[in-house]
Amino acid sequence: MTAPSNDPSFSAIESRLGSLRVAAPASLLTEIELGTGLVDGYTVVASPVGDVIVAFNPNGVSAVDLADEGFGDRFRARFFRALVAAEPPAVWVNRIEEALDRGRPGLLPIDFRSVTAFQQRILELAATIPRGQVRPYSWLARAAGKAGAARAVGSTMARNPVPLIVPCHRVIRSDGKIGNYSLGGPENKWELLASEGAEPDRIESIAAAGIRLLGSDTTGIFCFPTCHQARRISEAHLRRFRSESEAESSGFRPCRICRPG
Amino acid sequence: MASGVWRPSGFRLFCNSSLCHGVLFLMDGLCERLADDLDAAFPDLVRALQDDMYSGLRSLAGPEAEDLTQETFIRAYRALSEYEPGRIRELKLRGWIWTIALNLGRNHLRARSRRPFLVDREIEIRSDDPDYIDLSAWHRRLQGLPPRTRRAVVLRHVVGLGYEEIAIATGQAVGTVKSDVHRGLEKLRHILEDES
Repeated sequence: MTAPSNDPSFSAIESRLGSLRVAAPASLLTEIELGTGLVDGYTVVASPVGDVIVAFNPNGVSAVDLADEGFGDRFRARFFRALVAAEPPAVWVNRIEEALDRGRPGLLPIDFRSVTAFQQRILELAATIPRGQVRPYSWLARAAGKAGAARAVGSTMARNPVPLIVPCHRVIRSDGKIGNYSLGGPENKWELLASEGAEPDRIESIAAAGIRLLGSDTTGIFCFPTCHQARRISEAHLRRFRSESEAESSGFRPCRICRPG
Repeated sequence: MASGVWRPSGFRLFCNSSLCHGVLFLMDGLCERLADDLDAAFPDLVRALQDDMYSGLRSLAGPEAEDLTQETFIRAYRALSEYEPGRIRELKLRGWIWTIALNLGRNHLRARSRRPFLVDREIEIRSDDPDYIDLSAWHRRLQGLPPRTRRAVVLRHVVGLGYEEIAIATGQAVGTVKSDVHRGLEKLRHILEDES
């Protein structure tokens, strides 16, 4: 059927040109689905609470979840998209690693389309809490300009699509207890805080004694107990307060770094 | 003039190809489905046209065909997501998507116009394929055509587009497309005659 390839008749030429048709590479559809964001890619990364999956699409990182057998189903149920194993864009590889290490997004884009604008604002504020420190829900609510919304802050933390990167483990109950955690439960929150030097047992023992704030009588400044400044106060000069109003009525002013008041 | 110059051989070639059996049916009502639910229907657009796109771009742009094919479909998706449903229903999909591919390809070729075309690097046919040498020779011969003529020949006889679809893709009149294809085939015949 095939003419010799040097037969110069038009029909022979047309037939040889037709045989230049080839199948597209098998991976092409998946690459296109990833490139359009119709499916998300995921990569598995080690963390202090075990392996986690980091899901991503052209808008940014969309989810962080435990790499157990159920993550694909949970992702589909929440985001209505499928997940396929894939390499993140080259410029994001280091940023993902850094974001997980430091517990803040840095230059890594985050896909916040799964939360409301208010929730995104709360999550972005939570991402400003330094590594090794914690803040209560009420602090986040006030920082977002909604002092009464501590409960909404709590449910936003529970909906955080990217735990570890947006460090919701650094947000604790307003009574000083470590509280719940969406990524596998409270023991993981404890583990994460311990791994970054926040000393969760110290946090809870201070809270159990009814203490919320620590001050220094040499500076006259009060802080949250995990603030870098508070942890430098020597025992001789340390003052303990049950509330902001108690600290202020003792003549202390709030720290400008951890902003407890 | 040789007989059969204007014979619509593209259809025959398209249907004879084992590569496209069972894929064309995906085009049935595809505009309607894309207009109704873009995300659900878009993978079928890719399945239906990916071999077309990849084969044509391989003959036109060489080793970067895979990247260009991906980029073409991604841009097509973005465009469709901005179109009104009414506009999507009216689209002539095969011609339309090639306008995107040709624009991308033009910029891409301009960017590397000073580099020689390395045809051997892009041939991924198994070396035990009896056509191996022959196919790379045909890619080399196509490189001997002027760009517009090559484009017309490839879209007509490698991809299997109709003249009207090529006219949509290139923004030319149908008559111009026909004469470009014809001129391309004649040039290829001269190239073959020079070889023997």
